[in-house]
Amino acid sequence: MLRPALSLVAGLIFGLGLVIGGMVDPAKVQNFLDITGTFDPSLAFVMGGAVVVTFVGYRLAFRERLPLLAEQFHLPTAKELDSRIIIGPALFGIGWGLSGFCPGPAITSLPLMAKGTLIFVSAMLAGVCLARSVTQRPCAWAASRACR
Amino acid sequence: MTAMATVTPFTPVASTIGGVLIGLAAVLLMLFNGRIAGISGIMARMVPPYRGADAVSAVAFVLGLMAAPLCYLAVTGEPVSQTVSAHAGLMAVAGLLVGFGTVYGGGCTSGHGVCGLSRLSRRSLVATAIFLAMGFATVFVVRHVIGG
Repeated sequence: MLRPALSLVAGLIFGLGLVIGGMVDPAKVQNFLDITGTFDPSLAFVMGGAVVVTFVGYRLAFRERLPLLAEQFHLPTAKELDSRIIIGPALFGIGWGLSGFCPGPAITSLPLMAKGTLIFVSAMLAGVCLARSVTQRPCAWAASRACR
Repeated sequence: MTAMATVTPFTPVASTIGGVLIGLAAVLLMLFNGRIAGISGIMARMVPPYRGADAVSAVAFVLGLMAAPLCYLAVTGEPVSQTVSAHAGLMAVAGLLVGFGTVYGGGCTSGHGVCGLSRLSRRSLVATAIFLAMGFATVFVVRHVIGG
């Protein structure tokens, strides 16, 4: 039960980061994407802060031979640039621009119960299932390509 | 299509703090559980077939995310403010694109944008460049070409 407990805490910290950083507000995200309009560069500071901490922290974590609560580091092994690494992010980018939501902020926003969020998350879950049926690959494998 | 552009304040300090928290969560998840903090991958792990993908931890992480706005309200006394489009068709299409695209492309803003870039992954760099470019292009078209 230690791993789920750690995941719960990490999820809470992650979610608080999204809330405090303003990223649960789709208007703020869309304004980042609107350089020629009501531009708000805040998202770059969220990404910058997160990447700097993760870059340094990962190097410290990988000094351990194994994770403290697991039998291995689950890291993506794919290196080649296939069509999926072009098509997937392109479709994602369109949906992100249309809604101002990516998966983390959308899920974090669920308790706020906005009608648009409930519709978005339902459709997003359908999209997840669709992607898995199209790729004909078990979820764990498909997800391991970059996002586990 | 989308609601009129709402001006959002530039919040460099809060957004950097938010980013640091997100990075901290990503490092904790790797150090303890050996997992990439990618929300689309975590979402995909919650759906069968499981194949030892640690679905309980994935659910726990998502519960942590959803607890965040409630904890924020409890501690600060301020509800989280957001402007979410209530356009059902738009949000359904966007959700479908985001769910499909992130799983098909093996990652989202967190998996590719934060964790992947921190690992200096070439695939994640390409993915991040593409979803950013498509996000910018989509908002430009919606706000300045169609909505102009």
